Amino acid sequence: MLTILFDGVAYGMLLFVLASGLSVTLGLMNFINLAHGAFAMVGGYVTALMMDRLGAPFLLTLPVAFLVPALLGVVLERTLYRRLYGASPLDQVLFTIGLVLMAMPIADFLLGNEAHQVNLPAWLSGSLSVYGVGISRYRLFIVAVCGVIAAALQLFLVRTRFGAQLRAAVDDARVANGLGIDVDRIFAVAFAVGSGLAGLGGALAADVVGGIDPSFPVKFLVTFLIVVTVGGSNGILGALFGALLLGVLDVAGKYYIPSIGAFIVYAVMVVTLIVRPQGLFARGDGR
Amino acid sequence: MSAETTRRIEAHLGRRARWRISEIVFWLALLAVIFAFPSRAALINEILVAGLFALSLDLILGLAGIVSLGQAAFLGVGAYAAAILASWDQADPTLGLAAGALAAAVVGFATAPLLLRGADLTRLMVTLGVSLLLGELANRNGWLTGGADGLEFSMGKVLGRFPIGFTGQRNAALYSFAVLFVLFALARRLRQSPFGLALAAIRENRLRAGALGIATSWRIVAIYAVSAAYAGAAGALLAQTTQIVSLDLFDFHRSADVMLMLIIGGAGWLYGGIIGAGVFIVLRDVISAATPEYWEFWIGLLLVVLVMVGRDRLQEYVRRAASRVALRLARDAA
Amino acid sequence: MTAKRWTLAAALCAMLAASPALADENTVTVGLILPMTGPSASTGKQEKAGAELYIHEHGDTVAGKKIALVVKDDTGAADVTKRLAEELVGNEHASVLMGFGLTPLALAAAPVATEAKVPEIVTAAATAMITEKSPYIVRTSFTLPQAAAPMADWALENGIRKVVTVVTDYGPGVDAEKWFGGTFEKGGGMIMQKIRVPLKNPDFAPFLQRMADDKPDAVFVFVPSGFGAIFMKQFVERGLDKSGVRLIGTGDVTDDDLLAAIGDAALGAVTTHHYSADHDSPENKAFVAAFEKANNGMRPNFMAVAAYDGMGLVYKALEKTKGDASGDALLAAMKGLSWTSPRGPVSIDPETRDIVQNIYVRKVEMKDGALFNVEFATIPDVKDPYKASKR
Repeated sequence: MLTILFDGVAYGMLLFVLASGLSVTLGLMNFINLAHGAFAMVGGYVTALMMDRLGAPFLLTLPVAFLVPALLGVVLERTLYRRLYGASPLDQVLFTIGLVLMAMPIADFLLGNEAHQVNLPAWLSGSLSVYGVGISRYRLFIVAVCGVIAAALQLFLVRTRFGAQLRAAVDDARVANGLGIDVDRIFAVAFAVGSGLAGLGGALAADVVGGIDPSFPVKFLVTFLIVVTVGGSNGILGALFGALLLGVLDVAGKYYIPSIGAFIVYAVMVVTLIVRPQGLFARGDGR
Repeated sequence: MSAETTRRIEAHLGRRARWRISEIVFWLALLAVIFAFPSRAALINEILVAGLFALSLDLILGLAGIVSLGQAAFLGVGAYAAAILASWDQADPTLGLAAGALAAAVVGFATAPLLLRGADLTRLMVTLGVSLLLGELANRNGWLTGGADGLEFSMGKVLGRFPIGFTGQRNAALYSFAVLFVLFALARRLRQSPFGLALAAIRENRLRAGALGIATSWRIVAIYAVSAAYAGAAGALLAQTTQIVSLDLFDFHRSADVMLMLIIGGAGWLYGGIIGAGVFIVLRDVISAATPEYWEFWIGLLLVVLVMVGRDRLQEYVRRAASRVALRLARDAA
Repeated sequence: MTAKRWTLAAALCAMLAASPALADENTVTVGLILPMTGPSASTGKQEKAGAELYIHEHGDTVAGKKIALVVKDDTGAADVTKRLAEELVGNEHASVLMGFGLTPLALAAAPVATEAKVPEIVTAAATAMITEKSPYIVRTSFTLPQAAAPMADWALENGIRKVVTVVTDYGPGVDAEKWFGGTFEKGGGMIMQKIRVPLKNPDFAPFLQRMADDKPDAVFVFVPSGFGAIFMKQFVERGLDKSGVRLIGTGDVTDDDLLAAIGDAALGAVTTHHYSADHDSPENKAFVAAFEKANNGMRPNFMAVAAYDGMGLVYKALEKTKGDASGDALLAAMKGLSWTSPRGPVSIDPETRDIVQNIYVRKVEMKDGALFNVEFATIPDVKDPYKASKR
């Protein structure tokens, strides 16, 4: 029972770290970024390749898995994404699907289509036994890391001047500009953070989902979207709670009633959207 | 409203309702293509079916402004309805087609209320969620649907006369053409009708349309069910002409592809879906023959360029080009 | 401007009409339909490399005919497979259809094979009933009952009495569950629980927990090629290996393609299968070396060897018919053919058109610094038990 609860929380945290970047780009910046998974894939590849080819320690690769997609994000944001901030959701969907379609063959071409594994160091593999409850070390690690990320993001976006400026810029870019806020820079930084988080998520998730391969951006696209939708699209805490809820329900459902398997996640999303179209943990404004 | 204004509006609508020469030429040309390229009948059939599927999306997106990432739900329901019927020895294609459209319409009618609330993003996600749920439902009920192994079946002859299997590929394309044309003509009529005009009002501004006394919710539900029926018919055609259904019909990529097709051709003028389907499928066929592993890259590049250049401009170009070509063909024929 | 638009329309028509140069009568076209993109792309890659290697090694001419291999991507969608099959047969005059990564894809092409009387060589999909769907289907991969039933015998002989089965919930998985479970229970074993995992499922943890709570002697697992890594890693992560639960299964879970990536988690797993890259024979040593050389060091797996043998089957049948590539002649020639494959001696059962082959019991071990499925017992000449049971 406790093991199941813990697994659910750990799975939820994993969902959160995969989706947190999206809750920045989609949630805060209002950009339907279906290419989120491509950035996650880049992060996963960075970690897998650094460990495999350079023999770098796992922990050291994580910051790089954040930085590389973040830089890539800035470049793409400056050249392409920024032109579509005011565009219709349809344009954003098409554009980012296009990016995904391009990213997958590129990855296949450069790195082959077999899954690249992240092999965890010894201190993270196996499980601990706490009062008879088996707890996987790596899942514990994920819970800890995700907790830190969630807290840091929340502080960053709510407590800092940057966070306030970002929210102002999203609400009304022109007025924000008039107030002397450098909207371009704010958006670029926010996008970089979103992409970097995606990369970090990919790196952390690689082990649990069976490695990183070129189809990664599509395989988990729907999952990302569900998490952000259920959580409500304007806030890190929403995504966190949404992810935890989904994680616990999914794991418990599969354990107790395996026959309904994948239904639960989809059903939770649809029901949530019927009851609260803005997501469970959204502010009341209808955006 | 003065009598003069009423008369002018009526005249304008009457002009819009008439079939233009370029349209007639378009359909004749499409028919001619089936006869001109007998060896590509299977590909042409796929284009016609995808064109019908894209038309179904145009009914909600183009006419009523409802975005959807879950149109595959109805494609799948229609296909499975026709397939299950055929596997029970009810192999008449017309019957299967009707069953597919009806089953999809029922599902569309039942799920339409979910679309009445929320913004575009909510609608994208709700429709996506519904299609994934239905896909999982089909997966879980293997006794009926064959589960992940798919369901294969044999099909009767169209109208009891024309076989549509491997030896009847052209028949299959002609069958799809006939269904597409009839349903297109209906959709065209619908677009010109008071119902269609009310939808246009809703698309432009739902609040204001409501204030004008248009029952917006009811109309959205109705057009969504009609669109579902169209998608269901496309699904039934797909199932009947390939004689197999599998779970990938419900996949996200089906919904995404059909959206791409419609956008390539342009939403709102009903021809967009058919033209977009042609361009998309022919391109995919050509590129993937050259590079089976990496063709997705080029489609992706096309999309990015399409959005960057501005799809409005490109669609205007496609639309003008299409009508010019049609006119020229008409002149040459005369 | 108008000229430009005409060009556009003409170009579209030309693309539509464009079919590759029509094959002359001295060319035999083999249409290889595989998922080259999407989640099953790794299957496609292995198969394509296997088929190409055979042509590379044996030359592209056999019995006076030139062999042309045409590879098509069906994206894993059955309706596309069907269309490609129709076009390959109709337009490019393919004499043989080959490939088919998943069961529905193989079934989609079956009516085409039947109507056009063209042999369909299934080199991947492993649900037992596939070959019954058309008299023109021949299979060079394996069937799941073929691999799963011997596992039950081995388990019984080695003191395993209580087993939980975990399979992916689709045709091959159900086949594996049924044939392992049936054979095991008949021999006096007990299946404590049958778990079916959805095909799309990134996380096995809750299922593994359910399994751990039962405390079985062993877990029998089938997951499609490609999903083995997640399963094995989570099996170890949950500490199931240390709690004395043995991991047994068909060879899909310890796929050669993935073994290096799974890492030490795979050590000690016992599986039954028809091919291991470590198989000790001169044919296999040469095959593995040539395959790795041609593909940047990629290790061949059972998919590659099936496609390699599929091509080989075409060559041998053509030699037997002296170049007659008509469907019925080729099919008649294929029935009963036997040869030495990299996996060992194989033959095509003339009645079921399924492959008859040795099934090996293997254990994952470290050998020369890399992980391999090391074979330690052989069950010779296994026929598909599913079809045998129906007789």
